[in-house]
Amino acid sequence: MYKPMNKNVRLSLVLLSALALGACASSGKRTADDGRAQGAATQSGTAYNDNISGSASQIGGEGGYDASVEAERALSTNIIYFDYDQSTIKPEYQSVVDSYAKYLAANPAAKVRLEGHADERGTREYNIGLGERRANSVQSALTAQGVSSAQLSVISYGEERPANLGHDEASYAENRRVQIIRQ
Amino acid sequence: MRLISLLAVVLCLLAVPARAELEITVTGGDVSALPIAIVPFTQVDEVQLDLAKVVDNDLSRSGRFRTLPRTDMLQKPSQVAQVDYGTWRAQGMDNLVIGQVGRTETGGFFVRFFLLDTVNGKQILGYDIPVRSLDQMRYVAHQISDLIYEKLLGIPGYFNTKIAYVVATGLGYQRNFQLVVADADGENPRVVATSREPLMSPAWSPDRKQLAYVGYERGRSAIYIHTLATGQVRKLINEKGINGSPAWSPDGTRLAITLSFENNPDIYVLDVNGGNRRRLTDHYGIDTEPSWSPDGSKLIFTSDRGGAPQIYEVSVDGGDARRVTFQGRQNLRASYAPDGKSIVLVNLDAGRYRIAVLELATGDLRLLSDGRLDESPSFAPGGAVVIYATQGARGAELATVSIDGRVRQSLRQAGDVREPAWSPLAR
Repeated sequence: MYKPMNKNVRLSLVLLSALALGACASSGKRTADDGRAQGAATQSGTAYNDNISGSASQIGGEGGYDASVEAERALSTNIIYFDYDQSTIKPEYQSVVDSYAKYLAANPAAKVRLEGHADERGTREYNIGLGERRANSVQSALTAQGVSSAQLSVISYGEERPANLGHDEASYAENRRVQIIRQ
Repeated sequence: MRLISLLAVVLCLLAVPARAELEITVTGGDVSALPIAIVPFTQVDEVQLDLAKVVDNDLSRSGRFRTLPRTDMLQKPSQVAQVDYGTWRAQGMDNLVIGQVGRTETGGFFVRFFLLDTVNGKQILGYDIPVRSLDQMRYVAHQISDLIYEKLLGIPGYFNTKIAYVVATGLGYQRNFQLVVADADGENPRVVATSREPLMSPAWSPDRKQLAYVGYERGRSAIYIHTLATGQVRKLINEKGINGSPAWSPDGTRLAITLSFENNPDIYVLDVNGGNRRRLTDHYGIDTEPSWSPDGSKLIFTSDRGGAPQIYEVSVDGGDARRVTFQGRQNLRASYAPDGKSIVLVNLDAGRYRIAVLELATGDLRLLSDGRLDESPSFAPGGAVVIYATQGARGAELATVSIDGRVRQSLRQAGDVREPAWSPLAR
């Protein structure tokens, strides 16, 4: 069952604890902004919870907390950040790829757009190329996990749509990214 | 008296006036700037525009002329017979411009001006320019600036030209992009395209009647061709992936562009009508930002095939690319000077992106700008000035620099102003 998730025995433990925490925090009071649980799930970086995972279903069964909510929560981490002039997916973002790979494999009709972006250093058209290279890198990672290329489209915005308008390294780091947009 | 008539050629733009105008600041100056006094023309009442002021601004902003403030003028002649040459000579004004704007018998207007050499008491230029309507007066003034500039310096003036640029305002998905065309002195800005999606890479056709640019539609980029006189927009190409970096061939029949639908960005050439598409480069690196040599025989482009982006050259017939730049960590977005002997580019060294000119024969690289993120350089027509985009204190703005680096202008307005493209001269 965990085969496609490979490294995720460890991650699923983190996930379990996050879910348990979520279940506890939400018992008796269920509000939309369950900040603590959400924060835990996001920080763990575990992202998508496999729908057929027995443990998640069990926990999800309590208090109306089902797996699809967790799946949704996992998919909310949809940005992969890159190093300067690089398009290699760093290990800490592999989980984002994994969760979307599972989501797309489980939902063959679902489609996502991969938006590649760059920081403002370098020229605009070169950065369009660089943004596309980053988006292609995510596309390859997804198809390598069995996602159909028909479910994926790639677009590069280069440096034209910065997430942060600052001119320092911290801002640049936020701008060198691929955003996975569900369609 | 020799009077030559010529018709004012006016580029009419059927487009929406933009609210903001470029605000121009000039710094530096040429030590050898020529002294010239431009006396206010006597004008009929219908003509509101101060033509002599437009000429004065053009010439003084070029940095090649030192003009006399009006408050220092001891006489204000408008006819040759009224000129006391000794008065101007005594003020060090070797050159004097006087003129009149009047009505013709057929209901139009005329502008008559003289360029006088006060040292020898001689007329250097005398023109009588018929003007059909008042909205052409500004262009006649720029034409006068061009005539004076060329006569005294021996190189073509560039004042009767346009600048296209992109203005971005707002944040995130509220960001708004405008493609603007203004006179070279920042006047008469017109918005020719507006979009919530990025607008990029405006490029003038050699006859300056059309602008190619990049936009986005339905999740893809596309290259459009906008005809300025009619406002008509035609989609040139909208392949999967990147459609970017349009560059017109010098004869205006073809465009070089960047496409990535065959896997990764490469340079292609196609006819203006979209036909005869040919792939010019084929490499797994990013090949982009093509620019034609003035004789149309080859193109230079940016490629990171060697690891970091550098400039390469390839024949228009294809074949192997040859690396052109070697100084600096990166060199990007090069374009040729009008004489083809040098190229202007973006050079990365010591963590700063600056504008530089590379002499092709000697390999000599000369920095022209002093910013941190300078980009989008190109030569103005005539090649005496380079325009580029830079980070100002209040956002991105445009700048010009004379190729000797002495005279600088900044052109700014609200929002991020970027990607300047200077129109060719009117033919």
